[in-house]
Amino acid sequence: MKICLTSTGNNLESFLDPRFGRCNYFVIVDTDTMNFKAIKNDASEARSGAGVKAAQFVINEGVDVLITGDIGPNAKMSFESSNIKIITGIEGSIKEIIENFKKENI
Amino acid sequence: MIISIASGKGGVGKTFVSTNLALSIEEENVQFLDCDVEEPNAHIFLKPQIELIEPVNVLVPEVNENKCTYCNKCSEFCAYNAILVSPKKIVIFPELCHSCGGCSLVCTVNAIKEIPFKIGNIYKGKYQNIDLIYGELDVTRPLAVPIIKEVKKRIDKEKIVIVDCPPGASCPVIESVKGSDFVILVTEPTPFGLHDLKIAVDVISGLKIPFGVIINRSDIGNKDLWDFLERKNITLLLEIPFNRRIAEFYSNGIPVISYMPNLKEKFKILFEKIKMMVKK
Repeated sequence: MKICLTSTGNNLESFLDPRFGRCNYFVIVDTDTMNFKAIKNDASEARSGAGVKAAQFVINEGVDVLITGDIGPNAKMSFESSNIKIITGIEGSIKEIIENFKKENI
Repeated sequence: MIISIASGKGGVGKTFVSTNLALSIEEENVQFLDCDVEEPNAHIFLKPQIELIEPVNVLVPEVNENKCTYCNKCSEFCAYNAILVSPKKIVIFPELCHSCGGCSLVCTVNAIKEIPFKIGNIYKGKYQNIDLIYGELDVTRPLAVPIIKEVKKRIDKEKIVIVDCPPGASCPVIESVKGSDFVILVTEPTPFGLHDLKIAVDVISGLKIPFGVIINRSDIGNKDLWDFLERKNITLLLEIPFNRRIAEFYSNGIPVISYMPNLKEKFKILFEKIKMMVKK
């Protein structure tokens, strides 16, 4: 399964960035192989519509799940038309969160 | 002649100055434009009989999903992220759109047309001899500039036009002061007042419009503001000391000059001074 997490840094030791649209990085992890990539979030510098831009990125990446702190109304509307499962209200390091996710604790 | 009243900092007395200036020169033919469309309030003092309300629309995209191929070109093009392309659905965010029309140009299958989207109203009325026009942005609509443009389209150049601007130094302010013959910058002698005045001075100087400064509540704060004006050789047009009576009248929506003739005299002199400065 392909999951996307908003991250403060570009590795699995980084902490989850509680912001969605203006997070520093997106970490995209394949939970079967644990291969991951970290991509700088272009939307973090957007003058407006950061949530929409970030959502477009996540949709284009074709992920199954998004894990973040919270998402705004525009991002929420953006995802309504997709099949991506959104999990919010999560804290901790990316690694911890993925492990918890795999154990179906979140 | 067009005189704009602007400020960097909010709450320093733009509307106080502009409404009282307009009322002090009643023998002139005055047209008053309230361009602070996010929170217009000049009409509280210039109690107009509203004669006309016109809606203001901007153009936003509408996508025909029968034609759309979900190629993502429109979303990639939009600098304001107003279009989202999901695998089987397009989501438009009209409040983010700046109406450039670029999405419909880059669409290769002609699936996008532009449709009107209401963002506010223009109000037109009269109070005594003064023509009042003001714009008001609808709640939840973030774009002030299109309404300000509509207000300014209604300028009557035969009249003395007084433009009450929004605070700050960004696009709405620039749109409001554009084309003015003179700008009055209102400020107060506090660190914030001075800080924001400096930004406003940079903007108005950049636009190459002659300007001068009014210091409101001139007996509070410190003297740094006067030092700044002297150093930059900026004309000090008027000082208005703090006065509890002014605040009381103002908070009751009463034009102060009706009860303070000496202030009215000062505004008349101010107007003459500005006329001289514009002629030069």
